[in-house]
Amino acid sequence: MTEIGIPVIIVSGLGLLFGLLLSYASKKFEVKPDEKIEIIRGLLPGANCGACGFTGCDLYAEAVAGGAGINLCPVGGMDLAEKLAEIMGKETAACEKYIARVMCKGTWDNVSIKYDYDGIVDCRAAAQMAGGPSSCIYGCEGMGSCKKVCLFGAIEVENGLARIIEEKCAGCGKCIAECPKGIIKMVPARSEYSVSCSNHEKGAVARKNCKVACIACQRCVKECPENAITIVDYCAVIDPGKCVNCGKCILVCPTGAISKYTGYQ
Amino acid sequence: MLFINRLFSGGVAVPHRKDTAEIETVVMDIPSKVIIPMAQHSGAPCRPTVKTGDIVKVGQLIGESDAYISAPIHSSVSGVVKRVEPMLYASGHLVMSVEIEADKKQELSEDIKAPVVNSREQFIEAIRRSGLVGLGGAGFPSHVKLSPPKDKKIDYLIINGAECEPYITSDYRECIEFAPYIIKGIQLALDMLEIPRAIIGIEDNKPKAINLLKEKSKNDSRISVYSLPSRYPQGAEKTLIYTVTGRKVPPGKLPADVGCIVFNVNSISFMAKYIETGIPLIKKRVTVDGNVVREPKNVEVLIGTSIGDVFEFCGGFVSSPYKVLMGGPMMGIAQYSLETSVIKNTNAILAFDKKEGDLPPETPCIRCGRCATVCPMNLLPQEINRFVMAGRYDELHKYHVLDCIECGNCSYICPAKRHLVQSIRLGKDAVRRNAKKA
Repeated sequence: MTEIGIPVIIVSGLGLLFGLLLSYASKKFEVKPDEKIEIIRGLLPGANCGACGFTGCDLYAEAVAGGAGINLCPVGGMDLAEKLAEIMGKETAACEKYIARVMCKGTWDNVSIKYDYDGIVDCRAAAQMAGGPSSCIYGCEGMGSCKKVCLFGAIEVENGLARIIEEKCAGCGKCIAECPKGIIKMVPARSEYSVSCSNHEKGAVARKNCKVACIACQRCVKECPENAITIVDYCAVIDPGKCVNCGKCILVCPTGAISKYTGYQ
Repeated sequence: MLFINRLFSGGVAVPHRKDTAEIETVVMDIPSKVIIPMAQHSGAPCRPTVKTGDIVKVGQLIGESDAYISAPIHSSVSGVVKRVEPMLYASGHLVMSVEIEADKKQELSEDIKAPVVNSREQFIEAIRRSGLVGLGGAGFPSHVKLSPPKDKKIDYLIINGAECEPYITSDYRECIEFAPYIIKGIQLALDMLEIPRAIIGIEDNKPKAINLLKEKSKNDSRISVYSLPSRYPQGAEKTLIYTVTGRKVPPGKLPADVGCIVFNVNSISFMAKYIETGIPLIKKRVTVDGNVVREPKNVEVLIGTSIGDVFEFCGGFVSSPYKVLMGGPMMGIAQYSLETSVIKNTNAILAFDKKEGDLPPETPCIRCGRCATVCPMNLLPQEINRFVMAGRYDELHKYHVLDCIECGNCSYICPAKRHLVQSIRLGKDAVRRNAKKA
């Protein structure tokens, strides 16, 4: 009996000793977590999208408590910025809501198909094959790589074209990094008009490849009362900072490359 | 003749289908126009030195670059420059090209004269001017290969006549038709670069070429001809070096690091021809084959001729082609237009019907591991595929994805018909992109 009794006593004695030491140490050297961090973390959306520039919501919460800007979270938007300002005792800073927009209208009805693609269903893989099966090498390939990375279920792919459901879009920008064609752009949510085309070919070529391409005809540029439209490399671009949503450009566009977006109100 | 028992790991026995092997090369008629791209080599693309309306002659310089890794581009016809703008290229993308309308007189440019070659520097400069790039397929500028760093001692010149891809016979025809030039080119390179030995490696399914080259080289003890086992990809640079010398090129290193320089038979015989005539690289032998081509054969084509014209010259199509490939069936690039032009490193154009060319649908991986057993670089294609499909690109470097030579063995052998090479290519792209970002 004693052969087994002694080890049992030693081991349980040691266990008890270390237990007591640890519980004493945990009380004695306790570091109180900043309550603010926990409150802020509770307010943040928790999407861990990284749009604020920090790795996830935890780190942004710490950064806010440490004095970082309160208006960096595009997902929470203005509401969140106001709440954070209250907690931190700062003044509310303006927080413009941005959303992503696919600058392409190249559905399979509008573009023609160069070849039958039967490889991996991924935009980047298809783009390696002669720029994708669509006749427009600048346009959307509709394989849905952006849809796969969207944390908010805000992207739909229909008929070979990705479309962003604006009321769901949080503006985190993950899809922008994923798109191999670089046709998803961030625009202020209040801006209603965009040139939904990214084709930089000359007008005749662009029109041949896609029925709704911007052909750089300059009509919208001349029509715009605010001079908000410029032609960059044979494709019109609306400067959302100058645009007043008058909608005159959409009336003169001969191809229908300019679209009105009213999803976000 | 030396037989080799050494064999690289992996590899598959692909069907040979070298039906055009015994048909003599036919010279194609001069096309009505040529479209010559300014990027026919690895390295910096050239900038055009001609403009619309210029009159050019055969062999005239039409594109050059100041970059070291680049090769000048010459006109293959005499005629008038019609357009200088981005046009469709073999990769499917748009590349700056020069379109020349041929006058069919084929007047030679005054600049053409046989170069004087007495020293190593003169030789390398002459090859640079000739516009020669690796004609085996990679298109690496030859003058760069010929000038390895001073501290690297080169003791083997390896001549690649393996031609392991199915269908292609253009290297074989070069061996049969121009064997004296191949030997002359080898002797020239050995003398100029002071390399002690040369080995010509040819797969054992081409005994006629092996015997002929052995016969022609019997007076030169520096040159030996090796008969290599017919196993794809025997002609890949790294596997060839291993088979003939037993040396392994470490990942990320060049053949010069293990004392070897490798040239295709076409490249080495072109060197001899160029030193003799001074006519730069303006034509290429191309194997035209596939089950919808009416008269499969080897054709000598002017660079810039559209592949549609070449098929037309071979009697056109029996039925409409479902898949057109530039290059062999294992590594070739599918073309969606017959307007792409033949470039310096094109060695075959193939056309197939739906039965031959269609890919079976992809099914889930059954973990049989056959892709790993056939990989000549000892990679794990199934694992790379898994990580790529899951988007876990940052872990790919552990699987040495950049060592893949894209030979296509894994996709060929896969019983589940998974798109392994495509996923590896995607992974390589992601790893390179991440490296650039970091």
